[in-house]
Amino acid sequence: MNVETILFFILAAAALGGAVNLIAQTHPIHSALSLIVVMVALAGIYLLLGAELLAAVQIIVYAGAIMVLFVFIIMLLNAGVEERTAISRAATWVGLPFGVILTVVLGWRIAFSQAPAHTGPGVDMVRASRELSQMLFTSYVFPFELTSILILVAILGAVVLAKRDF
Amino acid sequence: MQLEAYAVILSAVLFGLGALGFVFKRNIITIFMSIELMLNAVNLSFVAFSRIRALLEGQVFVFFVIVVAAAEAAVGMAIILQVARNRHSLNIERIDLLKL
Repeated sequence: MNVETILFFILAAAALGGAVNLIAQTHPIHSALSLIVVMVALAGIYLLLGAELLAAVQIIVYAGAIMVLFVFIIMLLNAGVEERTAISRAATWVGLPFGVILTVVLGWRIAFSQAPAHTGPGVDMVRASRELSQMLFTSYVFPFELTSILILVAILGAVVLAKRDF
Repeated sequence: MQLEAYAVILSAVLFGLGALGFVFKRNIITIFMSIELMLNAVNLSFVAFSRIRALLEGQVFVFFVIVVAAAEAAVGMAIILQVARNRHSLNIERIDLLKL
């Protein structure tokens, strides 16, 4: 077992622990902090898988921007401990088998599928960041520019929704 | 097994946990966090498959998923803010009417 595999298992354990803690905690701020643990662990896994640029984007955009938004809204709304209701107990009995079955089916299908490995043209993963950036600004420049319009619409929508009194 | 195979299985488990949280949790903010967890799990599988097939298109797609997730988070937070302002509650059992 080499160093990469050991590191991967440490990070995977952190991600899984964070995800379980997200569900187990009742206070939203604890769930948000667990989600940050998951995202940082996933950034480390991206590094191990050779996606350096995505690891940086994951830290900056997810752990930085989106989670700040979450923590900000929790503090703004003064969200407290969530209350249990009758329907949430019913959801436990329906939701637990559903989640377990979904996970098992997904993992089983993926683990035992005979996908052809390494059939691509063979990209040198060390220079992946440069090639990824080139790809983003040549082949995928139109979707890339479209996302800027999407973000503009999202900003306008957020401002309009937050300002207006319904 | 290879590192990528482990990563794909981890992504499946994370997606399952996200789906569980989506069903279990009663707080609207925590439900939103479960959705983000599922998006992250899908991103991980994209990166792993991109490495398995030695194609960079998967990583390009992760960029777009992250952008859409950021836009979704901004709009979703505004909606949550309005709902909380009108209903004085974050419990989804109390938010069962389409009318605000």
